[in-house]
Amino acid sequence: MAHGPKPGFTRWLYTTNHKDIGSMYLWFSFAMFLLGGCMALVIRAELFQPGLQIVQPEFFNQMTTMHGLIMVFGAVMPAFVGLANWMIPMMIGAPDMALPRMNNWSFWILPFAFAMLASTLFMEGGAPNFGWTFYAPLSTEYAPPSVTFFIFSIHIMGASSIMGAINIVATILNMRAPGMTLMKMPLFVWTWLITAYLLIAVMPVLAGVVTMMLMDIHFGTSFFSAAGGGDPVLFQHVFWFFGHPEVYIMILPAFGIVSAIIPTFARKPLFGYSSMVYATASIAFLSFIVWAHHMFTVGMPIAGELFFMYATMLIAVPTGVKVFNWVTTMFRGSMTFETPMLFAIAFVILFTIGGFSGLMLAIAPADFQYHDTYFVVAHFHYVLVPGAIFSITAGVYYWLPKWTGHMYNETMGKVHFWLAFIGLNVTFFPMHFVGLAGMPRRIPDYALQFADFNQIASVGAFLFGAAQLVFLFNVVRTVRGGGKATDEVWENPQGLEWTVPSPAPYHTFSTPPAVR
Amino acid sequence: MATESSYYVPEQSRLPIFATIGLFLTAFGAANWINGGSAYIFFAGALSMATVLWFWFAAVIRENMAGLNSVQLKRSYVWGMGWFIFSEVMFFAAFFGALYYIRTFALPWLGGEGDRGSSNMLWEGFQNTWPLMVTPEQAVSGESAKVVGPKGIIDPWHLPLLNTFLLLASSVTVHIAHVFLKKNKRQAFNLWLGITVVLGAAFLYFQIEEYMEAYKHLGLTLESGIYGTTFFMLTGFHGAHVTLGTIMLLIMLLRSVIAHHFKPDDHFGFEAASWYWHFVDVVWVGLFIFVYVLGA
Repeated sequence: MAHGPKPGFTRWLYTTNHKDIGSMYLWFSFAMFLLGGCMALVIRAELFQPGLQIVQPEFFNQMTTMHGLIMVFGAVMPAFVGLANWMIPMMIGAPDMALPRMNNWSFWILPFAFAMLASTLFMEGGAPNFGWTFYAPLSTEYAPPSVTFFIFSIHIMGASSIMGAINIVATILNMRAPGMTLMKMPLFVWTWLITAYLLIAVMPVLAGVVTMMLMDIHFGTSFFSAAGGGDPVLFQHVFWFFGHPEVYIMILPAFGIVSAIIPTFARKPLFGYSSMVYATASIAFLSFIVWAHHMFTVGMPIAGELFFMYATMLIAVPTGVKVFNWVTTMFRGSMTFETPMLFAIAFVILFTIGGFSGLMLAIAPADFQYHDTYFVVAHFHYVLVPGAIFSITAGVYYWLPKWTGHMYNETMGKVHFWLAFIGLNVTFFPMHFVGLAGMPRRIPDYALQFADFNQIASVGAFLFGAAQLVFLFNVVRTVRGGGKATDEVWENPQGLEWTVPSPAPYHTFSTPPAVR
Repeated sequence: MATESSYYVPEQSRLPIFATIGLFLTAFGAANWINGGSAYIFFAGALSMATVLWFWFAAVIRENMAGLNSVQLKRSYVWGMGWFIFSEVMFFAAFFGALYYIRTFALPWLGGEGDRGSSNMLWEGFQNTWPLMVTPEQAVSGESAKVVGPKGIIDPWHLPLLNTFLLLASSVTVHIAHVFLKKNKRQAFNLWLGITVVLGAAFLYFQIEEYMEAYKHLGLTLESGIYGTTFFMLTGFHGAHVTLGTIMLLIMLLRSVIAHHFKPDDHFGFEAASWYWHFVDVVWVGLFIFVYVLGA
């Protein structure tokens, strides 16, 4: 196993190496991030002024739908899987992922699945136009014919996710170096173990719900049709039983990344390690019993409204534990503010803002007002952009020197951070206001009084988009050259990944290291 | 045999990319076919998928026989199969959950009971019954309704009861086969595994009988409202899993009879198939109770 990568492109096609596969996941995810981002910019360009300027409403609907689907399934999830591939074996002292060939299969399904999904844009009747939550009957009776291709692309993406998750579980449970007990694992490994469990539990439910759609559309079943005794609300229950854990699938690994970065740059061990583990597990458990808070206005019995309201609010407790621990880790630390740390601190602050607007939305009677407005859009973009995306970015800057052996350009990193930080706040903060004032989401036109805030948001969106080009440039430059990184890279960072050379050799830990 | 410290990481492999192409052609072909295109892409995909799986399993078996698989690596397969079965459980959970929601909430509301009973104003005259013989549309439009309920349903105490005995017995026989394999009694292993495969095939035969009766005589179809929908989707997906399980066990039988695979202490391929078989058995018990008995 002492040899390096094979030359030529077949290295990538046939690889079984977790680092190769991790890189492919990350590059794929970034490509999808740009594609989904361009769609967001189409949306923001149209919303720059009231009235219809640039696109037709039908196309606008396709853009909101595809933007959501691509960002959730194509950008955020594969990025975390890419980081898991790169880091988990190195963090637990394993030679590779447990099932290396299946690992490559999980990755390669994705480009094909998204090619199929994107191809619907060019089909008769256009791409899916029913929102990324594809509520029936909009996605069944009234859907364009391309919905069939959408359903099957979701099926194979789901297969990819389940295989990826099984691989991660097997790796973590079976491949730890001797002495690496569960409670010695880095938090990134812990959060991914729990995330993988969530994936295995809910991706099949997503497969189930799209199968019900397929049957209703093409084979005459009545799942979502009251005429035959079914119920369109059934769709929402099954979808959100998947959808809410899915939200945590996109944030738990982020917690792990931030829990790795903050101690390094605060030069203090993480405060409350075991409470972090228990908080993560609690959040994962709660994620299964809160789904109907997405459906407060759909018409549920009052007992249901109350149960889901209180269960949702409970999530604030373990999340609060986490935020407290991060802040306490920084408290009286010897802090420096390199790019990964800037992104991590922004994560803590802005994710907390998103958490608070989430608490507002959890209050069922208040949600009757906020439901389907831009306030909801502001809320979930605050947890996903400075939440998931910032943590991924932070992780890339943090581990990039270990991957490439080169230091990234710190100035350019900081420029990227400040552009992104300002851009996203300018984009999403005003959405709280227009939302509270009643602007509905997923509509290409709006009343005149919302114009100012929408113009501000659109300017911010283009700024945020431009910031990503700085990121791309910086990463490409670091891959190709730049200052030599030391093996430790940072000042006394904790974890096995810092004990191997930079760049990390093609095969690490062929013999397991000893863990104290 | 390799030790704990040498985890076998396979060399570069063409299997995953070919499997991807196979899976993509299958999925794309299925969508294309359902949307009115030709079926060729789907069948080409399914064929290539099957071929890749054949070579993939062959490679894994070859590696194991060559002694490359350490105790630790074998544990990875065990974890992998266990979690895969759990994902299958969740797939069925979605459909069982749908049945529960329909019966406990949706239909009573449509029938005018409970918190959301006002729904009945849209479907005046509709009454909530289970099995649902008269759909809401029928209650409103009568003869001109497009979604018509079934005329009759399957009696749980005939074919389904027989099928319950067959599957429960097959779970026992596959366990007996396992015990004989561990005692290195090859003939007895082959015999009991063979009996299991026959029981699985018999189950499938009677399920087809049942479906034919439902379609031909009872007017119970996928299109006969929510009763037919839940009945056929739950039993249908279960039947598909029994088919797959039977094929898996049949392959295990052929591996044992023809190639003399499996050792008393090394036979996870068979064990994984038998786990899968127990799983489809448990699902059937759930179906028998919730779909057949409590649905009649």
